[in-house]
Amino acid sequence: MDLRYSEAEEKFRSELREWLGDVLPKIGPKPPALDWPARRTYDTTWQRMLFDAGYAGIDWPVEGGGRAAGPVEQLIYLEELERAHAPYVGVNFVGLLHAGPTIVVEGTAEQRGRFLPPILRGDEVWCQGFSEPGAGSDLASLRTRAVRDGDEYVVTGQKIWTSHAEVADFCELLVRTGDEGSRHRGITWLAMPMDRPGIDFRPLKTIAGSTEFGELFLDSVRIPVGNRIGEENDGWRVTMVTLSFERGTAFVSEVLQSMEFLRELRALARRTGAWEERDVRRRTGHLGAELDALWALARRNVSQAARTGVPGVGGSVYKLGLSELRQRIGEFGMDLIGGAGLSWDELDGLDGGGRIGNADLVNTWVHGFSRTIAAGTSQIQRNIIAERILGLPKG
Amino acid sequence: MDFELSEDETALADAIRSLCEGRFPLDRLRAAEGGAGVLDAEAWGELAEAGVFSLQVPEAAGGVGLGMAAGAVVFEELGRALVPGPILASHVAAGIIEGVAEGKVVVGAVRRPEPSGPGALAPVLVGHLSSLDVLVVVGADGLSAVDPHELGAVAIERALDPLTPLWRVGPLPVGRPVGGVEEARAWRRAESVLGGALLVGLAEGTMEMAVAYAKQREQFGKPIGSFQAVKHMCADMLVAAETARAAVHAAAVTIDQPGVGDPDRAAAGAGLLAAEAAIRNGKTSIQVHGGMGFTWEVPAHLYLMRAWVLAQAIGPVDDLAELVAELY
Repeated sequence: MDLRYSEAEEKFRSELREWLGDVLPKIGPKPPALDWPARRTYDTTWQRMLFDAGYAGIDWPVEGGGRAAGPVEQLIYLEELERAHAPYVGVNFVGLLHAGPTIVVEGTAEQRGRFLPPILRGDEVWCQGFSEPGAGSDLASLRTRAVRDGDEYVVTGQKIWTSHAEVADFCELLVRTGDEGSRHRGITWLAMPMDRPGIDFRPLKTIAGSTEFGELFLDSVRIPVGNRIGEENDGWRVTMVTLSFERGTAFVSEVLQSMEFLRELRALARRTGAWEERDVRRRTGHLGAELDALWALARRNVSQAARTGVPGVGGSVYKLGLSELRQRIGEFGMDLIGGAGLSWDELDGLDGGGRIGNADLVNTWVHGFSRTIAAGTSQIQRNIIAERILGLPKG
Repeated sequence: MDFELSEDETALADAIRSLCEGRFPLDRLRAAEGGAGVLDAEAWGELAEAGVFSLQVPEAAGGVGLGMAAGAVVFEELGRALVPGPILASHVAAGIIEGVAEGKVVVGAVRRPEPSGPGALAPVLVGHLSSLDVLVVVGADGLSAVDPHELGAVAIERALDPLTPLWRVGPLPVGRPVGGVEEARAWRRAESVLGGALLVGLAEGTMEMAVAYAKQREQFGKPIGSFQAVKHMCADMLVAAETARAAVHAAAVTIDQPGVGDPDRAAAGAGLLAAEAAIRNGKTSIQVHGGMGFTWEVPAHLYLMRAWVLAQAIGPVDDLAELVAELY
C-alpha cells in the first residue's frame, strides 16, 4: 500500500495548481441556479478552458482528445480543482463522467472519434435517458421501444429524471429492441441527437424548488444505427459499464467537497459558540473520520480501477456510504443554525465572512434527500453488495 | 500511489491467516474460556516465531523491519481469528522493552487515570495480568513500566469477554519511565491503528459467520439471506467493515510515509470507525443468528465482547472523535 505520489505526478499537480491560480480569478460570477442556458455557457466555457490547457479528459485516450494519463492523475486533478474551488462539471456531468467513459470502453474507433472530442471541448452536452415512469429501480423492465427501419431506429416512449435535457445535444438512451418480456437481454444503448423531431421535454420541480430534471417524451424519433454503442440487445452490459463508472469514479470529488463543507461548519460553530458544546465537537469529529475513511475508500477504488481498467463493485460500497453520510452532514448543518434553517432567504449575520450562510445549509440539507435515491437507491446498492459481494441468494 | 495491498502484503496476510487456522482454531480457543491463562507459552512462542512482535523492530535490532502497514495487515488476521492475549501491547512495546520482540517478555498496557475528571474514580482493570512480565502505564506525559506482580491485583471472577481474563489493580505506582510525551503519543497512535486492525478483523469475522448462516438457515422455504430485511443487514456489515478497513490502512500508511497526511487525525479516526464497525457488526451478527445467536454455544457473542474490550483499550471513542474534530 502506497499513498505517495511519484515525482511525475507531483509535477503534474504543481503545474495544474499554478495554472488554476492563474485562470480562476478571470472567470466570471456563477449564473443564477435556474438559468439553464447561462449555466450551459458558463460550464462549457470552463470546459473549453480546461481543454485548451490540456486538462480535459485526463484519463481518456488521445484519439478522443484526452491526455491518456492514469486514474491517479485523474484523482490529483479532482483534488486540485476542488482545492482551488474551480467550477463544478455541471451540465457536463453526463458527458464527462457517464456517457464519455462508456464510449471510451464500448464505442468503436469511429464513435470515439465522433463523440469524445466534442465532450472534452465543451461543444456538446449530454443528458441521461435511462429511467422511465414504470422502470426505476427495476431498470431492466424499461419499455421505450426502438424499431429498426433501414439504417435508423424509430424510438417511441417516455423517460424521466433527465437532467439538463433542455440544453443537451445528445442523450444516452436505453431502448427496448427485444421482445416485451426480454428484460435485460433485449436492451440497446443509443446516442440520441436532441435536435431530432418528436422529442418533447417537460421540467419537473424538485423539493428544493429547482428544475434540474424532467420528463422526456419520444414520439417516433429517428436515430441512426451508427449511433448505437455496443451490439443490439447488448445494452444492459454496456449500461453496467456506465453505472460502474458512475458509482466508481463520478462521485470522487463529492467527498472532497463534503470535507470542505464540514470545515465550513466547524468555522460556523466556532463563530456561534456552539463549539463549546462537547456534542458538537464529537459530531464534527465523527463526520470528519467518516469522510476521511471514504476518501481512503475512493483511493482504494481508483487503485483497483488502475489495475483492472474498470471500477469494481466497491463503487456501490462507496456510493452507499457517501450518500448517507452527506445526508447526515446536511442535517448537522441544519442543527447548528436552528431557527435560521427555516428560511431559504439569506439572513444577515450567520456567514460572518465565511463561505456559507443559512441558504447553503438549507440547500445542502434538502438536496441530500436526492443522494440516496439517484444513481441507484441505497436499497438497490445494498442488494448489489449483498448479492454480488457477499453472494447471498436473490430474493 | 497504489492503495491496494501489495503482493508481499497479501502473502503476509495469507501466512498469518494459515498460522491462525492451524494454531488457534475456534474450538481450541473455546476450551480455554473463563480460565486465567487463555494463551499458553507455546502459542506465544509461535506468534513470536512468526514475527508478530518483532515485525516493526528495525532489522539492525534483530527485527523484521517492516512498518505499520504490515502491522495492520497482520493484526487484521489476528482479530479475525479472535487470537487472545496481550498481543497489541506486546507488539507496540517491542521497540521499547527488551525481550518482547523474541517473545521472552510479555507486556500489557493500561491507561493512567486522569487525577480528576469523570474517569478519576473508575476502577482500573488489567487484562491477562497473570501472564504479564511488564505492565506499561500510558499517561498523557509519558510511558512507565511497572511490575505487575507488585500491584496487589485481585482477579475478576467473570470477565465480559471469556477470553480476556481481568484483574482489578490498586493505585498505579509511578514506575520506571520508558518514554516521554512523544513516545506516549506514538503509543496511542499505534494502539489506535493496530487495535483498529484487530477490530476490523473482528468486524469481518463476525460478518463472515453471519453471512454463512444466512445462506444456510431456511425459513418460509428459503434461505433467510434471500430476504431483503436480512440481506440489507449483511450489506451494512460489509460497508462498515470495508470503510473501517480503508481507514485503518490509510492511517497505517500515513504513519509509515511522512507527508501523505496527518497521522494523529488518521489514527484516531480509524480507531473510532473500527470500534464502531466491530461493535455494530457484532450486534448485527447476533440478530442474524436469531435465537441461536443468544446461546453461549454459537460464538457470535465472542466477537462482540472482544470488540467491547478493544474499544475500551483504544478509547474512549468519544475522545477519539474530539481529537479528529480538533485536527480537522
